[in-house]
Amino acid sequence: MSSVPNLPAPSRRTAVRRGPSRRLPPSALRAPAADRSNALHAGAWWLWALGLATAASRTTNPLLLGLLVAVAGYVVAARRTDAPWARSYGAFVALGLAVIGIRLLFSVFLGSPVPGSHVLFTLPEVPLPDWARGVRIGGRVTAEQLLFALYDGGKLATLLICVGAANALASPARLLKSLPGALYEAGVAVVVAMTFAPNMVADVRRLRTARRLRGRPTGGVRAVLQIGLPVLEGALERSIAVAASMDARGYGRTAEVPRSVARLTTVLTLGGLLGVCAGSYALLAAEGAGYGLPVLCAGAVAALAGLWLGGRRSARSRYRPDRWGARAWLVAASGAAVAVVMIRAGVGDPEALRPGVVPPTAPTLPLWPAAGALLGLLPAVVAPAPASAPLPVPAPPPKPTPPSPSSSARAATGDAPEPKETTP
Amino acid sequence: MIRFEDVSVTYGDTAAPAISGVDLTVPEGELVLLVGPSGAGKSTLLGTVSGLVPHFTGGTLRGRVTVGGRDTRTHKPRQLADLVGTVGQDPLAHFVTDTVEDELAYGMESLGLAPDVMRRRVEETLDLLGLAELRDRPITTLSGGQRQRVAIGSVLTPHPRVLVLDEPTSALDPAAAEDVLAVLQRLVHDLGTTVLLAEHRLERVVQYADHVILLPGPGQAPVLGSPEQIMAVSPVFPPVVELGRLSGWEPLPLSVRNARRKAAELRERLADRAPAPSPAPAAGPSAPDHGTPVTGSAPETRRPSPAPVAPAAPAAPARSAPARPGFVRSAFARLLRRGTDTAPDQGRSAGTASSGPADASPPGGGPAHAPLASITGLTVRHGRTEALRRVSLTVAPGETVALMGRNGAGKSTLLGSLIGTVEPASGTVLVGGRAPHRTTPRELVRQVGLVPQEPRDLLYADTVAAECAAADNDAGAAPGSCRALVERLLPGPADTTHPRDLSEGQRLALALAVILTGRPPLLLLDEPTRGLDYAAKSRLVGILRSLAAAGHGTVLATHDVELASELADRVVILADGEIVADGPTSQVVVSSPAFAPQVAKVLAPQAWLTVAQVRTALSSDGGDRPA
Repeated sequence: MSSVPNLPAPSRRTAVRRGPSRRLPPSALRAPAADRSNALHAGAWWLWALGLATAASRTTNPLLLGLLVAVAGYVVAARRTDAPWARSYGAFVALGLAVIGIRLLFSVFLGSPVPGSHVLFTLPEVPLPDWARGVRIGGRVTAEQLLFALYDGGKLATLLICVGAANALASPARLLKSLPGALYEAGVAVVVAMTFAPNMVADVRRLRTARRLRGRPTGGVRAVLQIGLPVLEGALERSIAVAASMDARGYGRTAEVPRSVARLTTVLTLGGLLGVCAGSYALLAAEGAGYGLPVLCAGAVAALAGLWLGGRRSARSRYRPDRWGARAWLVAASGAAVAVVMIRAGVGDPEALRPGVVPPTAPTLPLWPAAGALLGLLPAVVAPAPASAPLPVPAPPPKPTPPSPSSSARAATGDAPEPKETTP
Repeated sequence: MIRFEDVSVTYGDTAAPAISGVDLTVPEGELVLLVGPSGAGKSTLLGTVSGLVPHFTGGTLRGRVTVGGRDTRTHKPRQLADLVGTVGQDPLAHFVTDTVEDELAYGMESLGLAPDVMRRRVEETLDLLGLAELRDRPITTLSGGQRQRVAIGSVLTPHPRVLVLDEPTSALDPAAAEDVLAVLQRLVHDLGTTVLLAEHRLERVVQYADHVILLPGPGQAPVLGSPEQIMAVSPVFPPVVELGRLSGWEPLPLSVRNARRKAAELRERLADRAPAPSPAPAAGPSAPDHGTPVTGSAPETRRPSPAPVAPAAPAAPARSAPARPGFVRSAFARLLRRGTDTAPDQGRSAGTASSGPADASPPGGGPAHAPLASITGLTVRHGRTEALRRVSLTVAPGETVALMGRNGAGKSTLLGSLIGTVEPASGTVLVGGRAPHRTTPRELVRQVGLVPQEPRDLLYADTVAAECAAADNDAGAAPGSCRALVERLLPGPADTTHPRDLSEGQRLALALAVILTGRPPLLLLDEPTRGLDYAAKSRLVGILRSLAAAGHGTVLATHDVELASELADRVVILADGEIVADGPTSQVVVSSPAFAPQVAKVLAPQAWLTVAQVRTALSSDGGDRPA
């Protein structure tokens, strides 16, 4: 994937940048090794993933959905790092499969409005009182309804997998850096709160190990109950400790702002939000359609102005925010292209995107939407590639200082009269 | 720089203040060390400087603390953030972001520094702390020492004028601790930063301190003085000071170098003596024959340990069991396990003379002295990294083995493989004749017990009494045996105390008691002295020695060279998952600059390890020659 895999990262980059003119022309076209400064903007990954998701929402053709999942999966496999958040992809895939399963189960047990003649089997139907007439439990299960549920679940699962891909490719903290200043602090709080869950998982694992140390079984309901309270306590304590640390490190410091500006900010933000609410209500209500849109727009503008003014209160600066460069444009554009092609195909040839369920027909792969979906593979080529060798988990840093343990230990074995050297 | 004016802090509804009568000034540009026994209020005093006490912790602060002219009562911690950098005891609780570089920048971002300044300082700090290799690493993948350095780096970048550190080196291996202290010293010398740090491991830091604040006990007024003055009266002191007090050196030396200069005469007096074996002379193997362990309050539950087959066998040959038969034995054991899972063990633990299960005892005529645990050719992988590579180790009854090595060298993994939480990729681990990871917890707890790095993990109940009752129940011991152990280890905690409210030392004692209730012949301890003061540590040493005398084998993973030299018969040094040294403590430790205890350094080339040895040697002298 990278051109000179044996060299450490920095020199690899120089090889890519300078080398091509002289000896390795093709490598100039390859993506550079990823590092902090050329990392793709997190927003670009999200736009790409949202493009795929939009495309997925336009079709129920299982072949197209499968193609979209394959595209997302390939890009994730090619470009994700070893960071903890990158491991969430598997969880999203599992969640997607679970969604399909649940959708099928519901369809089997609760029936479906889809008409169909291919009865697969009949479940005993639960008689329900008159007032629950729309609801059915049990009864006939047709091939058509299962197929419909499968397609529908597949669509949802694909959406989830696209979100998972974005999650795995872009660090949530980096995305946060692109938020406007006024929202940043709230965003940090959200991100810290989100680390609650992985920390609790780690706690559960640790405490289950500890249960083993006390000679208690590590599985079962009792184990979970007994661990539960300490885990919650631990999580709470950690949150307080993190809050203390954040406070001591200047979280929530505000710059001096003239009183009038502060007041204006409040008025704009609150007024804007009210305007947005009133405008949306008016739009939805039948009689207010005339003034609804202007109120909504004015509200939105006021709220944005309030946010912008509020940003002046925040004294924060940004450390190495991601840059939106040509590669980010390409990645975002590829996602958008997939969405546009799919939408246009949906307008032009809706039959191909929604294969018939009644009667069941074998889905075919429409050429143009499929070609469009393949555009989503572009990031696997243009996005900077992560370092090829995965980082070792707790590798100690090399320490050149003389009293480093290994050298002294070697000295120990050498100098000491007869300490036993363990022969491997 | 920091002024305390008659400060006292009282938490909640407790009657007694945590600290009181604090009235002193920490001058600018000095490294001031805060010492005192556990629970004396060190962390509270540190907290008042950053404003976290009382703004975050609650409680009532009387008097006034000013830092650089700002009163902490009117300034919240965030308004002191540009002035004071704080690192607490647990670095993990300190981190806000998820990668090293972002973490270093976080404090500066909060202060609103310009991007180019931030970039420059991050690069400088990465170099200063040797973190450049780790800059893109997610923090959760770092080892303990690396985390500590990142935490210190993250408060260094805003260039605070005051740095407050709570036990910055206690989780670090000796070399990493030296690195951190070197950094602190450079900050003090080059940048004029004022550093206030609390630390239990005085042997590591006291020689760097300009002043020492001694907190003699909870609620007692602190004493500020020069390190020499304070060390002469302090209830906590490092071995070099103890040696100095023993020999009556004036002024008291604080560093090994100063002590060496004065020690010529002492070396001469000791020249014709041999150090008595410091760890309770390995009487272990002979003791358990009588069946009553020294700790015994519930001897009836004690299984016959697989040990006492050959009472007279001296410990030494058993320890250095030759490696070759080990291979044969492991192959044998593997074969045996295929067929009958735990047959050898059952044969042995039936307690009969070893003639019965001949195939289980080591072939090749080794001493018929079954090891409590034997590891042969063990390789462990975490994902794609090999945490341990072809490690072989045996632990004999009554033997204490110290595992040392830098952070991340595989010590905890090795302990984990003995307790069965880590599955070997290849090689065999046998504890009491069974493979730990295939033994049910209930069985295993009678063979081997581990006190984890965080003893709190072991404790679930909400009172000490309930915890003890649960432990008795878990181990099938007579009711009251755990409570009796607690009383013996560290008297004090009331039955109704919540385990969370115990001091570090008490909590460790409780966890140790919980584990020992099962009377496992093999006891594993992971970093047992973190957060313990010298008194608690010497109690721990006493306990572990009597356990060893009762035939318990002990393996402790530790960075504390003083503890290892005092306690261990044998030291095993791990580096990058391999054993690089394995031998008697006196030989391995004395010849290594990083792992030698202070006394050994002072009295080199003679092989003295502890002050107790020296004292014994001198008192057998007749004591007629006062120094």
